[in-house]
Amino acid sequence: MNIIEKFLHIDRRYIFILVAVGVIVPLLFPLGLAVTTSPPVENVYNEIESLEPGTPVLVSVDYDPSTQPELSPMTTAILRHCFARDLPVIITVLHPGGPGLALEISDRISKEAGAVYGEDYVFLGYKVGSSAVILSIGQDFRVSFPADYFNTPIDKIPLMKDIKNYNDIGLVVTLSGSTFPDMWVAYGHERYGQKVAAGVTAVMAADYYPFLQTGQLVGLLGGLKGAAEYEKLIERPDEGLKGMDAQTIVHLLIVVFIVLGNVAYILGQRAKRREA
Amino acid sequence: MHVSTDIWIWIAAALTLCIYSFLYKDNPFYKFAEHLLVGVSAGYFFVIYFWNLIVPNLLTPVKNGFVTLFTGGGLTGDLAALVPGILGLIILTRLIPKIAWMSRWAIGFYFGAFQGIAITGYMQAFILAQIYGTFVTAANPVFSLTLFGNFFGDPGWARFVLATSGPLMIVGVICTLTYFFFSTEHKGVVGGVARVGIVFLMIGFGASFGYTVMARVSLLIGRLTFLLRDWLGIIS
Repeated sequence: MNIIEKFLHIDRRYIFILVAVGVIVPLLFPLGLAVTTSPPVENVYNEIESLEPGTPVLVSVDYDPSTQPELSPMTTAILRHCFARDLPVIITVLHPGGPGLALEISDRISKEAGAVYGEDYVFLGYKVGSSAVILSIGQDFRVSFPADYFNTPIDKIPLMKDIKNYNDIGLVVTLSGSTFPDMWVAYGHERYGQKVAAGVTAVMAADYYPFLQTGQLVGLLGGLKGAAEYEKLIERPDEGLKGMDAQTIVHLLIVVFIVLGNVAYILGQRAKRREA
Repeated sequence: MHVSTDIWIWIAAALTLCIYSFLYKDNPFYKFAEHLLVGVSAGYFFVIYFWNLIVPNLLTPVKNGFVTLFTGGGLTGDLAALVPGILGLIILTRLIPKIAWMSRWAIGFYFGAFQGIAITGYMQAFILAQIYGTFVTAANPVFSLTLFGNFFGDPGWARFVLATSGPLMIVGVICTLTYFFFSTEHKGVVGGVARVGIVFLMIGFGASFGYTVMARVSLLIGRLTFLLRDWLGIIS
């Protein structure tokens, strides 16, 4: 077996080790590589910046722990931005695995920002039937959410007293690891004309760019990079930016693997033809 | 280095290592963690759906309806919850072959209702708006002679991209749709256009693959951050 054949049949576990090293080393010794912002992320930031203080923002935490590493940094950054701009936040959850995550993040960020529950933010919790919930908010929040997560009637919550439906909401931000942005676009935007921004996992990001072109989404945060860009825009570095060094190193590694694999494959094919 | 003293962090760390042990080879630790995840998830979702769906939408209104009925208040709308409740139970008839046909009523009702909700919204959002957006955007017309005029008047990379990206998108959409047009053999002009469509598809797949790599690496970063920060306390 010559060197090319050996290379083509390399044990994949060596690649796993290299990838692990590529992630661990930058986490231990941050490189501080530059992160540039992109228009889809800037558009979300600018949309929130353009809202008058006091304009409610609906943040829908539509993901579960399987996509937490990508989406929780986005949720954290969006909440920080809203609280810093004095924008009341209504938090809903359309994914059954999301309430715990939403509660933990809203508790942590509200304490950090000094936000008061019921006045600066409210957690309405999880509700089954995502399409129906999105449609019902267009009529009245009280249809799907008669009470908040802690069973306090919604009319007894100061923040919600004057909020009836989408007409009272400045922006919907959905953070999702599945197809919930489709529903927000189809029902929230198309049916009620509500402005919608989305934060999605990197796997899904390419599918949502057409919605930016049509204006159905005002902006898009794609994967950990989207979170990192948003952290840069609000000047609050956190898990998104911390992960970018490792992302860059592993991407470079994978590019090298792809190039080497293809070169070895082509050389191997040539050698076989020569032998034949 | 401040190793965590929280038992739950240790359990999470141990389960993470059990799952990653599969990268070496399949083993009983991985199997244990995998089965535990499936079991816990099933239990969690059952409880969530029971308390968020069955109780508020079926049990509570039905109970209220019967209480009102038997205390002389007459029939109320609460008892209407029995209709979807019975339809839901009928789906379970699939488990009994002799009366499995009854489940079609419930499934038919569900399909009909969902189509009614979905068709208009999805038709507008994913077909009409997307066709419109292929040719017209809020910012600039997709195909604009003015943009080409700007480029030729003052050539530059940004102006070139702005002028050509719209027409390129139109060409991409038409060529890709041609590739999926199977009523004509892909020969001659149609074949050539379809081959260009394949190039656009490949570029699309490449973009998706790049994003997929980023997503998977993000998950690895998340887990390793947990191990190094929350468990071992090596990083801040």
